[in-house]
Amino acid sequence: MSENWQQEEEVLGKAYDARLARRLWGYVGDQKRRLAVAVLLLLLGAAGELAGPLLVKLAIDKHITTHNWPGLVKIVLAFLGLALISAAFRWGETYLTGAAGQHIVSRMRMQLFEKLQRLSIPYYDRNPVGRLMSRLTSDVQALYELFSSGVVAIVGDVVTLLGIMVVMVLINWKLALITLSVIPLLLWITFVFRKHVRDLYRQTRVKIARLNSYLHENLVGMKVVQLFNREPKNFEKFDEIGGDLKHTYLRTVFFYAVFYPAVDLVYAVAIGLILFGGGHLMMAGAVTLGTLVAFIQYVDRFYRPVRDLAEKYNILQGAMAAAERVFKVIDEPIEVPSPPRALPLPIAASGQPSIEFRNVWFAYRDDDWILKDVSFSVATGESVAVVGATGAGKTTLISLLSRFYDVQRGEILVGGVNIRELDECALRRAMGVVLQDVFVFAGTVEDNIRYGCPDESLDAVERAARVVHADRFIRRMPVGYHEPVMERGATLSTGERQLLAFARALLCEPPVLILDEATASIDTETERLIQDAIARLLEGRTSIIIAHRLSTIQRCNRILVLHHGRLVEQGTQAELLAMKGIYHRLYHLQFGGVPPSDGVRDGA
Amino acid sequence: MRALLRLLPYLRPYRAQIVWGVLIAVGNSAAGVLAPWIVKLAVDSLSTKANSRVLGKYALLLLGSVAVASVLRFLLRKILIGMSRHVELDLRNAVFAHLQRLSASFYNRNRAGDLMARLTSDLERVRYVLGPGIMYPLDTVTMGVFSLTMMLLISTKLTLIVLISAPVISVSVFYLGRITYRLHSQIQDQFSRLSERAQENLAGVRVVRAFAQEERETAKFGALNDEYVSRNIAMVRVQSLFMPLIGLFFEIGTAVILLFGGWGIMHADLTIGDFVGFIGYLGMLAWPMIAIGWVANLFQRGAASMQRLNELLDSQPDIVSPLSPFAPEKMRGEIVFDNVFFRYNGANTLSNIRLAIPAGKTVAVVGRTGSGKTTLVSLIPRLFDPSAGRVLIDGVPTTEWDVQALRRSIGVVPQDALLFSDTLDENIRLGAGDATLEEFASAAEISQISADVAEFRDGYNTEVGERGLTLSGGQKGRASLARALLGNPAILILDDALAAVDTHTEERILKGLRRFAKERTTILISHRVSTVKHADEIIVLDQGRIIERGTHDELVARGGYYAELERMQRLREELDHMNGMANDA
Ligand SMILES: Nc1ncnc2c1ncn2[C@@H]1O[C@H](COP(=O)(O)OP(=O)(O)OP(=O)(O)O)[C@@H](O)[C@H]1O
Ligand SMILES: Nc1ncnc2c1ncn2[C@@H]1O[C@H](COP(=O)(O)OP(=O)(O)OP(=O)(O)O)[C@@H](O)[C@H]1O
Ligand SMILES: [Mg+2]
Ligand SMILES: [Mg+2]
Repeated sequence: MSENWQQEEEVLGKAYDARLARRLWGYVGDQKRRLAVAVLLLLLGAAGELAGPLLVKLAIDKHITTHNWPGLVKIVLAFLGLALISAAFRWGETYLTGAAGQHIVSRMRMQLFEKLQRLSIPYYDRNPVGRLMSRLTSDVQALYELFSSGVVAIVGDVVTLLGIMVVMVLINWKLALITLSVIPLLLWITFVFRKHVRDLYRQTRVKIARLNSYLHENLVGMKVVQLFNREPKNFEKFDEIGGDLKHTYLRTVFFYAVFYPAVDLVYAVAIGLILFGGGHLMMAGAVTLGTLVAFIQYVDRFYRPVRDLAEKYNILQGAMAAAERVFKVIDEPIEVPSPPRALPLPIAASGQPSIEFRNVWFAYRDDDWILKDVSFSVATGESVAVVGATGAGKTTLISLLSRFYDVQRGEILVGGVNIRELDECALRRAMGVVLQDVFVFAGTVEDNIRYGCPDESLDAVERAARVVHADRFIRRMPVGYHEPVMERGATLSTGERQLLAFARALLCEPPVLILDEATASIDTETERLIQDAIARLLEGRTSIIIAHRLSTIQRCNRILVLHHGRLVEQGTQAELLAMKGIYHRLYHLQFGGVPPSDGVRDGA
Repeated sequence: MRALLRLLPYLRPYRAQIVWGVLIAVGNSAAGVLAPWIVKLAVDSLSTKANSRVLGKYALLLLGSVAVASVLRFLLRKILIGMSRHVELDLRNAVFAHLQRLSASFYNRNRAGDLMARLTSDLERVRYVLGPGIMYPLDTVTMGVFSLTMMLLISTKLTLIVLISAPVISVSVFYLGRITYRLHSQIQDQFSRLSERAQENLAGVRVVRAFAQEERETAKFGALNDEYVSRNIAMVRVQSLFMPLIGLFFEIGTAVILLFGGWGIMHADLTIGDFVGFIGYLGMLAWPMIAIGWVANLFQRGAASMQRLNELLDSQPDIVSPLSPFAPEKMRGEIVFDNVFFRYNGANTLSNIRLAIPAGKTVAVVGRTGSGKTTLVSLIPRLFDPSAGRVLIDGVPTTEWDVQALRRSIGVVPQDALLFSDTLDENIRLGAGDATLEEFASAAEISQISADVAEFRDGYNTEVGERGLTLSGGQKGRASLARALLGNPAILILDDALAAVDTHTEERILKGLRRFAKERTTILISHRVSTVKHADEIIVLDQGRIIERGTHDELVARGGYYAELERMQRLREELDHMNGMANDA
């Protein structure tokens, strides 16, 4: 698998990054009120919990030791009431942050999806689907954890810790100093733990991504894997990637296994200090027994947030990394931008636009020119064929016309207007395209044909299917047009898939029709029937047809010959034959007669 | 729950770890349970006859016991959680190996996204059962028993009073868990829908754009997203009860102890130390109480997930090598279809196929779209087995062949060239990693991919992108052809492999192939008469039946489908030719 697949996963944010945090805050939006209430509840709840040990101290010092039963009952009732209230507060707080988090994250997910709908094709060339999926799923999930259990809970933990320290100092500063003297030790342990775990966390993420992408490719391509007997080798690799991941997990387990007991130990030291130091203070009459008991309870309550904070740190860090990746998508510049003020598609009186390529140069990468100085025009209602060897750049031509990519030099005009100035959607709606790489969606046959014009009636769908003679196989299916289609049309034959794509393009009756090898996998008889039908249907429509079989393009008014990215010949069939150039050779090769003097591919 | 029994074999290698785990858990709890007792003694001593020495002794004792408990706790985690990671790997590998044995029909029924989910998130939940799911119950039991004993030692009455609320907590945590479980599966279902939607949208991005359907796609995704959010919020509502409830249990316990303990102290039944110790034990007991509900939950989810993994493991691989497989050194390449029938599910896709192809001959298959050509050839490398009848290679039914040996000697160029996101070189070497440079060069030459590669800046190291998306249609097909040729197969199957290739290149490929195919059995599927006419035999399929067979000349003479095909193609050529001639003049 390619290396750059993983690079992106390795981006790891700092646990706190002011810039990202500010930006994330922007998403809180209308949830601010909810969160504010949550914080308030949290503070009240924490205060309630802090008060507990104080009440215990009071009970011991003022009532139990003085045998004041009614007083004790009152205190216990107060204690219970407080406990109930703080539980209610905590519940409210958890619910509010969770709900707010859901709303916030839902908005981010939508924004991300909308952005993905606007990003242009070059972006999709670079980013595998699996990676984009994990942006939409696991990264957004990490952000949810940040909002729901991260930020607010961390505030809560910090407040609790500070509160406990303050209360301790207020009760008895000497004992407080003795007790809190273990904090540096605690900080050190947490620091070391964090450092190691952060590193491991990053590695884990990278390795999981690797494992998943390898798994996915294997599942999707299992047929080929099996045909080429790759099972043992691929298993070996899978095992290796999995083993590597396990190794990282085991190291993580080690640090957790050290961390928790180590914190327990520090806790024991703190209690020991209270007993020893506090005991001495008590003997000197400086503290009461109640104070001592309260301190023991506070230390108990001190350690839960400490443990939590160490874990929350991971959430925070994961979330920041996720935010980094999500924002990267959201900030991604759109390589093929829509114009600020899009012009409508100018339609000639006949209802169809003309098409013109003017000195077009294009490269997918840097200056690997795929199209070189290509110029031609298709008049309104004209039908033009493009021929040329494989890899000559025919499909690229179509991609440019649909504005999947922008040309580097020159311009493309539709209806006399540069397509950079046209509304993208209007441009694409005007063109019915049958792409060379057929893609059918999971759903039903009907949904697939109706894809471009969802409001068309079933009648229209059937008509389109009849034009391309797809209805013959559709009607043979158990539930006809409602027959479910599997992912990528796995249960259809290749030709059937192509017919579906063809029907889909015809349904919308587009002013311009573009066929890229649309009948390559279809038998000659059906192909001829389709051609007859289309000829009637699209009489005088602007169209561009790419085909390797010259017989397919006989009805075209003009033929363009593309060779190594250059337009080397154009004209009617007769003119091209008269030129005795590439087309002439191609023609005789296919239809017999004069054998080619030398190869087309390396000729000219 | 029974689903989880399937894990036992995976645990067997780790028996020793589990035994150690149990022993250590007992030790850990025994050591851990001392701490509150020591605190109790210390507090008691403070109210009577404390001095530095006594206090120091208690402090050190406390530290000592906790230190022992910590070391044991470390071992416990390391052993048991570590074990869960080992088992996770074993289990994942086992499922993957099983998936590798499942045939095309399985992959037609199951979506890749769903399989992925099972191998990732379900596996993770099963692991929870093995790690925390073993560790926490051990804790619960040992800790529970020990701290209860200590509490009883301090005061039977108080213990009973405090424990009244315990079952309430366990039960309510359990029920909350049940509700959570139900909500959780609803969320997961919705999540699957959401991801499938997104997956299709992203994979089909070019179609989405070409038909300008972005807005509608966004609306559909938005609707799913809204439902997903509202289900999640329903979950949050329930889940947010969890922690407060648990906290409440502890606080109520403390209150009860305060009240009745206070009573006891006033009546000299108890000491302050007892009281402090008791609260300490309550803390220790609280966790096991919670854990019971939580672990029950963990097991429920784990069982549901294991069930989903079991479904995979129970899918019978229908295409496997027999017990004593036929695996000759070398395949000759004779193919016989002996009265073969095949159907995917409904009606027969292939009926009554009788066909004998002598080793080294070339047979061409033509026929309408959907007539069953691809299906026919997919029986040869045993992607599917016939529903009735037999396919024999070298006189041996494919079902008796060693599957690996069979496929090793068959080179298939599938109709859709499926490439992997790797370099071109890796893709072509897929089946024959050890091929020499000459073999590689010759495969690349015959398939005519070499000329294209010469123009690529990175040559064979070009990354082809997902499914080969950075290659042109014809380049993909020829890369896939080179991949099949490199294996040096005895049988070569070309399923309309040249459809996306221009005529000139096709001609060169066919010329190269004829040399290559001389000593190999070749099956050619095509719609073009020019491609198939040199074949030793041509068969015509229609709705899964062979309706014509013979050589080109015989079939043309017979005047059936093939003759019509030939006539049609020739007519157009001639028509064309005449046009051309007329204009030429
Ligand atoms: N997305 C892409 N990124 C980089 N290079 C690409 C991409 N798509 C195509 N190419 C390269 O551009 C060249 C022209 O490809 P194109 O698909 O336009 O050829 P074509 O004329 O349609 O060929 P075919 O007849 O085989 O379909 C090829 O060399 C191809 O490898
Ligand atoms: N996995 C499958 N499950 C169910 N039906 C299938 C499956 N694959 C193909 N079919 C059906 O079986 C029939 C034969 O398909 P097959 O792919 O063999 O046709 P083909 O002759 O290769 O057609 P083409 O010329 O389009 O490639 C078709 O009607 C198709 O819909
Ligand atoms: Mg193309
Ligand atoms: Mg086929």
